[in-house]
Amino acid sequence: MIQTENSPGKTGKNLLERGFATVKNPAEQAAITLDLSSLPVKLSIRDLDFFYGSFQALHSVTMEIPENKVTAMIGPSGCGKSTLIRCFNRIYELYPKQYATGQIILDGRNILSPKEDLNLLRARVGMVFQKPTPFPMSVYDNIAFGVRLYENLSRSEMDERVEWALRKAALWKEVKDKLRQIGTALSGGQQQRLCIARAIAVKPEIVLLDEPCSALDPISTAKVEELIDELVADYTIIIVTHNMQQAARVSDFTAFMYLGKLIEFDSTDKMFTNPLRKETEDYITGRFG
Amino acid sequence: MNSTQKAKGAHPVKAGWIGQIADAVFTNLTRICAILVLLIILAMMVSLFIGAWPAFKKFGLSFLVSSEWNPVTEDFGAFVAIYGTLVTSVIAMLIGVPVSFGIAIFITELCPVWLKRPVSTAIELLAAIPSIIYGMWGLFVFAPFFADHIEPWISDNLGQIPLIGELFSGPPLGIGLLTAGIILGIMVIPFMASVFRDLFEVVPPVLKESAYGIGATTWEVIKKIVLPYTKIGVVGGTMLGLGRALGETMAVTFVIGNADRLETSLLMPGNTISSSLANQFTEAVGEMYTSSLIALGLILFFITFVVLSIAKFFLVRLTMREGTRT
Repeated sequence: MIQTENSPGKTGKNLLERGFATVKNPAEQAAITLDLSSLPVKLSIRDLDFFYGSFQALHSVTMEIPENKVTAMIGPSGCGKSTLIRCFNRIYELYPKQYATGQIILDGRNILSPKEDLNLLRARVGMVFQKPTPFPMSVYDNIAFGVRLYENLSRSEMDERVEWALRKAALWKEVKDKLRQIGTALSGGQQQRLCIARAIAVKPEIVLLDEPCSALDPISTAKVEELIDELVADYTIIIVTHNMQQAARVSDFTAFMYLGKLIEFDSTDKMFTNPLRKETEDYITGRFG
Repeated sequence: MNSTQKAKGAHPVKAGWIGQIADAVFTNLTRICAILVLLIILAMMVSLFIGAWPAFKKFGLSFLVSSEWNPVTEDFGAFVAIYGTLVTSVIAMLIGVPVSFGIAIFITELCPVWLKRPVSTAIELLAAIPSIIYGMWGLFVFAPFFADHIEPWISDNLGQIPLIGELFSGPPLGIGLLTAGIILGIMVIPFMASVFRDLFEVVPPVLKESAYGIGATTWEVIKKIVLPYTKIGVVGGTMLGLGRALGETMAVTFVIGNADRLETSLLMPGNTISSSLANQFTEAVGEMYTSSLIALGLILFFITFVVLSIAKFFLVRLTMREGTRT
């Protein structure tokens, strides 16, 4: 409607300007008014680009993730939020032709550097996937498996560690009599909490949750969310979710991504009540498209 | 327009009786084909039994344990052939299983993408080589090489070890149980490697990702995740390979030496059931000789039947587990 008011000659230019509006915007670097200087930063992401072969999935993402807080990543499917967290433990390296450029700094070291020990990195940055992925072994061994990779614990120490992890994951009461049963025999919600227990058993510093509740019923979801609340005292948590209410409920900070770019990153309260960018508002209120 | 309507009108009538007859004919045709298979198996078993009966009647159970094989005195026993069959197959498995394993793990877990296709194709080509060519290669190329370079070393070094030394002593002839076992091993590799590869490929990537995700190395992922996930199938695949090794005739006949004496040493010539049959059927005169050969065939039939049943049992359990998983 606006275009009809413009002269035909100007329409093209106008469209061009609109098309490039997001690129030419002076505040093009994602809208981050957040002052994180009062908070200790756990992960610092600088100019991160990510490629699946020739397709660029992330465009110079720059953000800082505060320690011992829950940071949620939201955005429509394919916006790059899962890709982003897959960079944090370099799990993408299992597949050919996927690579990242830029820097991700964890405690002063660039984890994208080829010199970085991958196995140690993955011990420090745990990951829980969308679908529960219990290993084909007993509940006990599912948890002990990861611990044995790094630590040489005695039988009783290992028993303690397994119980500790299961208690942390709010699963101990349900499985304490089933420790010798195969992990795949648990219910879906229990399996997912088992995977969380497995991830925290190696005592990582960061826990990445990639849509951890998308395959769970509401009760199991509530349990996982409670769990996140408890874990955040000891861990830095990054959660990818499609569920806006979930992001609002569990996170301290929220990042909105779109088309491989970080659009806005702010405290969750601000993002959900008074976002700076129109795209963020449209997405959060469901007027996207 | 009119004609198509007529055709439509005619259609239900056609489906009514012509269709029913056609269906019945088709159903019965396929049924006959299926029953034919059962009949053929049954007929084979019955004729093997009838043919083998005189030998079993004369020698009884001692046929299985006697190592005599004397066509002149018509005194026959199957032990040498059974022993040779089992020993060569075990050697084949000792070589074939680890190598196939390595190939399958390399292809599914470690191989760079550009190399995947060539290696897989090479394995399939290896499987397509007719067994007689393996036999010729074994006799003319491998056996002389083996006799000149490897067997002297084996009998010099392993032959002196107490207890197992007996197995590795003797003159370097080139042909014998060990050579046959090695050739069999090479022959079962392509088959088992592709079975194992298919098995390893069904392991969900996300399961491997989560193991890598807590910092496991490739070896740890294979040992703790891939193998436990596929172990039933691996046993089944090994049994299928064993079934092939047990029944293989041509290549073994070329390189085993065809001697009907029982020898402790693996370097000495021996015989398997199938190579005995292939070699001696044309010269078998007299009822007892023929009957003993047929009895050998029956024993081979029985052994492979048992092995393949075990394989089937394991593979069925695997698919059942897959079914409950999804």
